[in-house]
Amino acid sequence: MTNAPQTSASTNNGPALAVCWSCKGPVAWGALFCDTCKAVQPPVPLDHFARLGLKRDFDIKVPVLDQLYFGFQRQLHPDRFAAAAPKAKQISQSQAVAFNDAYETLKDPLTRAAYLLDLLGEKVEGEGAHTIADEELLMEQLERREALMEADNPAAVEAIARHAKVDAEAALSALASDFASGDKIAAKRGYLRLKYLVKLGEEARARRARLTLAR
Amino acid sequence: MLLQIHEPGETPLPHETEKGLAVGIDLGTTNSVVAFARDQKAEIVRDARGVGLVPSVVAYFEDGDPLVGELARRELLDNPEVVVSSIKRLMGRGPDELAKLGDALPYELGPPAEGGMARLKIGERLLTPVEISADILRGVKQRAEIALGRAVDRAVVTVPAYFDDAARTATRDAARLAGLEVLRLVAEPTAAALAYGLDSQAEGLYAVYDLGGGTFDFSLLRLERGVFQVLATGGDAALGGDDFDHAIAKRFMAERGAKLDRDHVKQALVTARLAKECLTDRDDWDGFLDLGEAESEHKLTRAEFEKLIAPFVERTIQIAAATLEDAGVTPDQLGGVVLVGGSTRVLLVRQHVAEFFGKPALTDIDPDEVVAVGAALQAEALTVGSDTLLLDVLPLSLGLETMGGIVEKVVERNTPIPVSRAQEFTTYQDGQNAMAIHVVQGEREMVDQCRSLARFELDGIPPMVAGAARIRVTFSVDADGLLTVSAKEATTGVESRIEVKPSYGLTEDEMAAMLRASIDNAQDDMERRLLTEARVEARRAVNAVQAALAVDADLLSADELARINETIEMVERAMSSTDRAAVQGAAEELEHRTKIFAERRMDRGIRKALAGRAVADIGG
Repeated sequence: MTNAPQTSASTNNGPALAVCWSCKGPVAWGALFCDTCKAVQPPVPLDHFARLGLKRDFDIKVPVLDQLYFGFQRQLHPDRFAAAAPKAKQISQSQAVAFNDAYETLKDPLTRAAYLLDLLGEKVEGEGAHTIADEELLMEQLERREALMEADNPAAVEAIARHAKVDAEAALSALASDFASGDKIAAKRGYLRLKYLVKLGEEARARRARLTLAR
Repeated sequence: MLLQIHEPGETPLPHETEKGLAVGIDLGTTNSVVAFARDQKAEIVRDARGVGLVPSVVAYFEDGDPLVGELARRELLDNPEVVVSSIKRLMGRGPDELAKLGDALPYELGPPAEGGMARLKIGERLLTPVEISADILRGVKQRAEIALGRAVDRAVVTVPAYFDDAARTATRDAARLAGLEVLRLVAEPTAAALAYGLDSQAEGLYAVYDLGGGTFDFSLLRLERGVFQVLATGGDAALGGDDFDHAIAKRFMAERGAKLDRDHVKQALVTARLAKECLTDRDDWDGFLDLGEAESEHKLTRAEFEKLIAPFVERTIQIAAATLEDAGVTPDQLGGVVLVGGSTRVLLVRQHVAEFFGKPALTDIDPDEVVAVGAALQAEALTVGSDTLLLDVLPLSLGLETMGGIVEKVVERNTPIPVSRAQEFTTYQDGQNAMAIHVVQGEREMVDQCRSLARFELDGIPPMVAGAARIRVTFSVDADGLLTVSAKEATTGVESRIEVKPSYGLTEDEMAAMLRASIDNAQDDMERRLLTEARVEARRAVNAVQAALAVDADLLSADELARINETIEMVERAMSSTDRAAVQGAAEELEHRTKIFAERRMDRGIRKALAGRAVADIGG
């Protein structure tokens, strides 16, 4: 066995030791601070789950995520380095950026699902994403969108919004169980459906606001 | 006396006592307030009569220093032509935008400054909004220095959450010009929440409704054990109590049948303000408008007043509703609504807020002073340290102009800051070797409906067929909400980095010239800053080596150790001088002479790691 020793923050097979930029001594790879001189260390490439110390799993409790995120920002936010050397300030900013990025991505189930699918090799957003033709989903969305366009009073729009919300919640728990059972293809379909439903809900709310204002 | 123990790297600078105090400043449209905090208790700095508000008004007479505050405000009726008020509304705005304001701009525009910043003609002078704001800040700073009996040279300055990058940069520049190092620009609602949350130990979701003289901000925050997390923010950077005054003044002018003369507008506004303030606790007002040639009498009932301002109040509620909706929060989930800003004294505002949120708003802390209190607390947190943490968001989306004048958003609004995002673009013509990059801020689809922040050019792109070049544009927003943009061509590495200077900003030269011209900064601001940085860096290097010696000194021979200690002493000596080159040189020498030591420490670290692995292998 030649497994590299892993630091607590690392699930990666990266080098176990790095050089501290400040005291030039050894520092564990992925450590936030140097053990010897206490200097803040630059972020290492990690996926968002690992960065926050979470298992790579769709099922995240948002309050737990919040607490982890607050804990890291308490140590790393640039405000903690207001009187520090310029280099330390700059490193703290890049750490805060990395944790903000991880937190933003994982907080919202939709972006979390897309990110996790990407990690699993099923890219669903951006360049290189392969979409799937889901006739059924397409028809459903067309019908709903048409209904929304035809709804001409706030109450009717509200009904569509409510319907979309209930369905989105169901789609979310279906997505969670797809991830739990490791069915990537089902998760991909579930993700697309959830995305459409969330978007429909947003459009319905915007339309309701317009209709209410017009009255 | 408390003994202070410092972590390595946090040791205060030598000559720390030379440093001035750090205060919190609420630079408001109508009034400014300064406060100072010690041991998490903030005090508003008041004048001899106990007044904390300094009117954000400056009078520029032909000779002598500008008059700031109440004295300047008194000149509004007699010498309106030399008095400037509500300058905050013009921060970061270009000459063409100001020209569009028409009646609402009671000043004559002069030729713009070289960097494109608008200049006002006040008496014989040409002044930018940055210089005028700097004069207000200087006045406020002086007040604090007199009251506290010490120099003040650092400050947390608040800005409306909804201020864009141009207005934030303008505010930071104004502070620099007034001889203040800006520790942090903090959003006004966030500062208010900080003041409120620390005071009442509140937890949960809170909304801050901030209606000032010229700006409206609405922020939704989560308060949890010392963390103040902004979830969403909305607002209008040109909506406030000034609009109430204008509506009343317009009515008075119409009643007189007078044509709108600039100086008359200023005087009518003063009377309108009186009427507004009077109607806070009375049902009607009557008074005279004296415009020199003739006096006219006017009456206003509260019902009439409320009818005049209802559209503005309605708009604030719409913004609040949209912001909550965006964040997926309903009014009943809120633990409370904090009122900030003088305009929240207007009864109609309080009624509408209570109606919309289904609960009366919190006003325990004076709405005129709460922002400065929060700013002072943050100034203490940043200089002395504290457990509280402000997590702010970007108020307005940042994007780039693409083909056809369409905006491609790179960072969405309400993203937590600091943030860094990159986007790739490509060329659209064969052999295209340069690319113009236009950075905008705002929510609209089209470039001309957003704020133009900066334009720059990336050149030296090697000739390729259309669509082959990969230009990666990175937006970095720091914790102050200030933007830096860099662009890089991926295949060749051609790089271009700019600090975003607003399209209507000051050039570096203009800024330097203004700094030279200001008496407060006779000693070179820039050089002082660089010396401080060099000392902080040297201190860091010494602390790092001492920390390493504490662990690994046995790797050195007695001679080697003595040599390193000598070098440390040399750095310490250099640090107590004001010779920046000597400080930097000594720190570099230390780095150089500890190189071998660092190598041996790395060797030891690697050996230890290998030993650990061997044990793990046996164990596994």
